[in-house]
Amino acid sequence: MSYTRDVGALARKDLLLELRARDTLPAMLIFVIATLVVFHFALPSGSSDLASNGLLWVAILFTALLGLGRSFVPEREQGVLDGLVLAPCDRSAIWLAKSLAVLAFLGLVEVVALPAFAIFFSGIDGTTVAAVVLADLGICAVGTFLAAMAAAGRARELLLPLLFLPLAIPIVVGGVGASVAANSGRYLAFLALYDVIFAVICWASFEYVVTE
Amino acid sequence: MPSLRLRISLPALATLALGLVAGAVALVFFFAPLDADQGLSQKIFYFHVPIALTAYACFGWGAWKALLHLWKREPGADLESYVAIHQGVIFGALTLLTGSIWARASWGVWWTWSSNQLVLFLVLFLFYCAYFMLRFSVDAGPQRANFSAVYALFGVALIPVSFLAIRLASDFIHPTVFTSAGPQMSARMFFTFCVCLAGMLALAATLYAVELSGKRLDLRLRELREALA
Repeated sequence: MSYTRDVGALARKDLLLELRARDTLPAMLIFVIATLVVFHFALPSGSSDLASNGLLWVAILFTALLGLGRSFVPEREQGVLDGLVLAPCDRSAIWLAKSLAVLAFLGLVEVVALPAFAIFFSGIDGTTVAAVVLADLGICAVGTFLAAMAAAGRARELLLPLLFLPLAIPIVVGGVGASVAANSGRYLAFLALYDVIFAVICWASFEYVVTE
Repeated sequence: MPSLRLRISLPALATLALGLVAGAVALVFFFAPLDADQGLSQKIFYFHVPIALTAYACFGWGAWKALLHLWKREPGADLESYVAIHQGVIFGALTLLTGSIWARASWGVWWTWSSNQLVLFLVLFLFYCAYFMLRFSVDAGPQRANFSAVYALFGVALIPVSFLAIRLASDFIHPTVFTSAGPQMSARMFFTFCVCLAGMLALAATLYAVELSGKRLDLRLRELREALA
């Protein structure tokens, strides 16, 4: 039970910080809307809805990257991570709590971005929403893990997209497949499989990222 | 760790690799029959596929060493993992190159998204390039060793997941038009292929041993220098 309490406390800390400082969420919101506007001009008139569906996934991925890039910066700058590692709790709780916080940000951004997409481009069906939810889980799990590593490097802003994008290709495949292909169930199942596999790996190996 | 200590001296390994590769080239051109469909251009198959399999072997070996580093804290496993992945990236780049040449010869294009293996190698190539970026942006020490090991383990999970993803993607991006699996291989072709594979693996093992001993020497030299300073 104490594990859940630890995770809850850590996630609440992140959400509270964001509520007071408001430096990540507004940036993500503006970014995603601006990206959608750019896509309007990137798509030649007369291109199909299918193409814009693909771009939705690019927008989600890059917006998530923006939030992820910020996620571990306070920890590293203020030396919070050392304190957390010293605390008598399971280290994977740090990862889980941070993933939940990023998931909350991304979810809030999508609450605005998906309707905006539906207005600007084409309607969104239930399968796409389900795929977005499943993809968010994978993006946050893997992305938070990599952000923790990238934050320790010298070129952290540069490093995270390089580490993350190759790992995110399966997410894009699953997401785009679910929104455009006829048999979307397979793609949703694939996204769920991805989430499970990588969540387990991240959960099991996060300890090695924060300790020596 | 009940490890099989199979000690082969480096010159012997290098000679073996040289002999096998030379034998493989001879077999490819003088022994293996000409392919009925593709003719001479099919011969690149004897290099392309063994190189690809060797790259997988290198990535797998690197991940195994990474696991040993995290699990058993085996000293030196970090360096071995890095060198194996380095070799894997070199063979991966060669796979992309030979695959591209083969695609040009048989389909008339330098790149095709419908060849799943080739796309998978592109994804892996990008992934392992990021491995180097990660490794060189963190200062040498236990933290770098841990990061590299964890990322290398991500790689072995990514290989099957990406393979599945690319299979799925080919449904909505491209229906598969070309199948690179031609007619069943004849016995002579298969024998040639096996010799090529053995040659490539021996070559990779030689390069691995050379690079590893060089890196170890480098490390030792640095230690000595620090001891003197």
